[in-house]
Amino acid sequence: MPWLSILMGVPVLGALAVAAVPKGNDRLAKQLTLAVSLVVLALTLAMAFQFDPAGPRDQFAEVYRWIPAFGVHYAVGVDGIALVLIALAVVLVPIVVLASWHDADRPDARRSVKTYFSLILVLEAMMIGVFAATDVFLFYVFFEAMLIPMYFMIGSYGGAQRSYAAVKFLLYSLFGGLLMLVAVIALYSMAGKNTFLFPELIGVIKDPTAQKWLFLGFFIAFAVKAPLWPFHTWLPDAAAQAPAGAAVLLVGVLDKVGTYGMLRFCLELFPDAAKFFTPLVITLSVIGIVYGAIVAIGQTDMKRLIAYTSISHFGFITMGVFAMTADAGAGATLYMVNHGFSTGALFLLAGFLIHRRGSHHISDYGGVQKVAPVLAGTFLVAGLSSLSLPGLSTFVSEFLVLIGTFERYAVPSIIALSGMVLAAVYILWMYQRMMTGPTAESVKALPDLNVREKIVIAPLVALLIGFGFFPKPLLDVINPAVKQTLTSVNVTPFAPAVPATAEKKGAGQ
Amino acid sequence: MEPAEIVQHSGGVIGASWLMIALPLLGAAILLLTGRRSDRAGHLLGVAMSLASFVVAVLVFFELIGLGADSRRRVVELYDFLPSGSLDVKMGLLLDPLSISFALLITGVGSLIHIYSIGYMAHDPNRRRFFAYLNLFVAAMLLLVLADNYLGLYIGWEGVGLASYLLIGFWQHKPSAAVAAKKAFIVNRVGDMGLALGIFVIFTTFGTISYAGTLPLAGNASTGTLTLISLALLLGACGKSAQVPLQSWLLDAMEGPTPVSALIHAATMVTAGVYLVVRSGAFFEGAPTAQLVVTIVGVVTLLAGAIIGTAKDDIKKALAGSTMSQIGYMMLAAGLGPAGYAVAIAHLIAHGFFKASMFLGAGSVMHAMNDEVNMRRYGGLASVMKITWITFGLGYLAIIGFPLLSGYWTKDGIIEAAMEHNQILGWLAVLGAGITGFYMSRLFFMTFHGRRRWEEGVHPHESPAVMTWPLIILSIGSVFGGAFLILGNRMFEFLAPAVGRPEEAPTVHAISTIGLVTLAVVAVGAVYAWLRYGRAAVPEVAPRGSFLTTFARRDLYGDALNEALFMRPGQWLTRIAVFFDNRGIDGLVNGLAAAIGGTSGRLRRVQTGFVRSYALSIFFGAALLVGAWFVVGNL
Repeated sequence: MPWLSILMGVPVLGALAVAAVPKGNDRLAKQLTLAVSLVVLALTLAMAFQFDPAGPRDQFAEVYRWIPAFGVHYAVGVDGIALVLIALAVVLVPIVVLASWHDADRPDARRSVKTYFSLILVLEAMMIGVFAATDVFLFYVFFEAMLIPMYFMIGSYGGAQRSYAAVKFLLYSLFGGLLMLVAVIALYSMAGKNTFLFPELIGVIKDPTAQKWLFLGFFIAFAVKAPLWPFHTWLPDAAAQAPAGAAVLLVGVLDKVGTYGMLRFCLELFPDAAKFFTPLVITLSVIGIVYGAIVAIGQTDMKRLIAYTSISHFGFITMGVFAMTADAGAGATLYMVNHGFSTGALFLLAGFLIHRRGSHHISDYGGVQKVAPVLAGTFLVAGLSSLSLPGLSTFVSEFLVLIGTFERYAVPSIIALSGMVLAAVYILWMYQRMMTGPTAESVKALPDLNVREKIVIAPLVALLIGFGFFPKPLLDVINPAVKQTLTSVNVTPFAPAVPATAEKKGAGQ
Repeated sequence: MEPAEIVQHSGGVIGASWLMIALPLLGAAILLLTGRRSDRAGHLLGVAMSLASFVVAVLVFFELIGLGADSRRRVVELYDFLPSGSLDVKMGLLLDPLSISFALLITGVGSLIHIYSIGYMAHDPNRRRFFAYLNLFVAAMLLLVLADNYLGLYIGWEGVGLASYLLIGFWQHKPSAAVAAKKAFIVNRVGDMGLALGIFVIFTTFGTISYAGTLPLAGNASTGTLTLISLALLLGACGKSAQVPLQSWLLDAMEGPTPVSALIHAATMVTAGVYLVVRSGAFFEGAPTAQLVVTIVGVVTLLAGAIIGTAKDDIKKALAGSTMSQIGYMMLAAGLGPAGYAVAIAHLIAHGFFKASMFLGAGSVMHAMNDEVNMRRYGGLASVMKITWITFGLGYLAIIGFPLLSGYWTKDGIIEAAMEHNQILGWLAVLGAGITGFYMSRLFFMTFHGRRRWEEGVHPHESPAVMTWPLIILSIGSVFGGAFLILGNRMFEFLAPAVGRPEEAPTVHAISTIGLVTLAVVAVGAVYAWLRYGRAAVPEVAPRGSFLTTFARRDLYGDALNEALFMRPGQWLTRIAVFFDNRGIDGLVNGLAAAIGGTSGRLRRVQTGFVRSYALSIFFGAALLVGAWFVVGNL
């Protein structure tokens, strides 16, 4: 069964159907979108249950020739890493759809309501495609094409400065994307195998200089996308101006394409260059962790604050990717998933607050806990997941990244630990300013979460807590894929200084 | 002698010991999820869950006792928690004399405080939420002490931090409470960095983070590694146990409701640092430098806390200073190695009783005095609240080391052990006992004796039975607990399989020279306090006092130091970073973009500039592409 093609086809058809809904019947368009996204979710879960972690690397693979002259294929397939990221995307989409129920109704929106929802479905198809692509050119196509729906979602339905933010987002991404295109084509021609198929390109480029240049082409594109410090300044604008739902998909999923690309393409295609640039990347990551957190502390706008926390979190992910240990790699992959849930919940709750009070300034709130305890409580849970509280899934990934990095690079890991303290400052200070203290006059009438909003937040909270205590299902899928990646990179595995097991064996013999 | 081997266990009550954690956790979940629907009976569910957990702990204790002394270290495997590449954490519980001692204290004292809170929080509209958090705390604290690996401990460690945060800030409409809660969490996170680092080094050294896989092999690691591990863990311990230099949060934490101060910030959570040091004893014993640092931290804190206690007029803050000081004693003992572990834990348990009893007593007084905390407005309460007076008095006598009461046995045990180890440490501990004699007497006399200095309209009365019965039970522990644990080396023998034993067992004297000297010093402190606060009139407004008084009142300038060293530079750094990010990086980017487009400044008005920029960047990219092709040159 061509699972992946079906997964992409359903939302595309759904998007067409939503677009065809007659004008003025917005409700139907929304319901249809929700239904389609739930079908995709169900299909993905059905596929995931058939995934065999111990099986071959590319599962559910489909390969068709697309442009034979250049060896371009429509080739899709997933390993554990791609699978969990696709799962992240399809879990978030129905949540975002439900959360965005009224977001496109705003009077100053430049396009119709149904367009917004069909854009979400188009984006969903592309998000699945970008993680499933096993042809480098196909990946590039998805990588660039994803910009278009997101551009319109920000530019047509966003806040006051949406045009500036949308263009900035687009220009940045295009700049990175073009560098990558150069590298993709150069990779193709230098490999000389007349194919863009990823598995066949592994280990082909041997010349160190060529590796370095190609690595940079890919890496800068991914670093802009992720975003890694200092390529990050588009994110706070884009995330703050985007409607909450779009911000969730942007920061939760689209940005993961950057870190995913590093793990998949930068490491495996150019392992020597990756090792060469590791000190640089780890340095940038650590700067990003600390810098993002410090700038987040100083924000006065809650959506910008959340965006800066993400820059800090992306620093953890890239550090984990380039630490090149099994623990850090698994941690970084898990981090991509957990961060999606955590930041998703924060952005959506911020959106609910903004929808009620009409302001994204932190100082316009105060004492909300008293009038809207459920909203404040879930906001706290989401915040605690952002500061990686043990018991929530984000802790598992951050712990793995840190301990895995420590295995090889102790000092960066120790500096990154300070992110723990800074995260507590930015989250709890925001919570203190918005939710505690005497209730501000302007929020006295603020209603608590309604049923729809509770349904939106409940699954995210459940996932954060559930995977916090039981991360095994995700890790079991991720671990073999990370191991295979590291095999391609050819790094020596970590060995403890005083191996406990060896000692015990020695004693027993 | 080395501690006994840790062995797998299944079945029996020990096999079901996870219920201890699960029951209060379930209680918290139910109370939080059902919302206002469980307002009416929520507190009863909270109490029931805590009591049930206590019952399980007692049953486990007896089953453990039934095993031979050397097979009392049992691991119950729960599930595969974190399977990763090299790290593979199996979550399990370690039931041994050390962990079960804590479990009994946590669930026992915890249940009493749950019961007391029924009365204390009776009129609070959010009583259900309060009990949910208390249950959450009990569950997290039990995970902390029962986990069989450092990651489990860490989860419990931060879990109790969360509960502490929620409960300090329970009355969060008060800005002071919200700020205090945040401060406690952040300062604790600084300590947690140390704990995390310690775990990282343990893992890279041993390849695992379970106790069974690391502690018995500690001898294989180098002294340098063990020192690093121990100091990192100590930083964590300092945060959680409010030891210098991470002590500043505890005094502010008194913003929380009084039962919270009794349970979390006196009897249990703040002693977690002592647990960590004793549990990780194998590492510390291989790192004499780290042990020395532990004893120094202990002595400095025991003096600092005592000095702070002398100057506070707020009854809860005076008690908080006292808690810091008493944990300093425990830390000092824990730094002495196997010779001090048993007496550290004995003092910890005895302290759990008498300090909880006094905090709850203070709560009873506040309850009677319209939530007044200023002792200068108390006085003469002995006659109107007899039960509180007597139970508090017993706790007071226990803490200053009145002959034969709890503190007499446990604190003197610490002083003697310290004296044998190092005279300077020993004498400083004696000095601390003297100051304790002074400030506790001051507190006791100011509150219960002397002239009535009440505000107008205050009509103190004894608290209801649901509050006084826990006081009575706790005061029994304050009286007899110490003797029970110390006489016949009972605690020492009980703990030996878990923490090891020194070459010779300590000898217990009912009367010793050091003991008599200590008593004399304490008496001097107490008599001086009687003269100044019992016999003489206490002014209702605090006199200005000497610079020493100010020094103590301002918490030895701990907060001022933190503000000068961290907070203000941090605020500047934040401002600079935000400015740099907006003007520096983003300015550069916008400038660059504008320059490329040749339309300086237009980018901000993109309504018109957009298509052009877009076209331009396509052009720019295409040019780059062609250029690259030339470079690559084989197409």
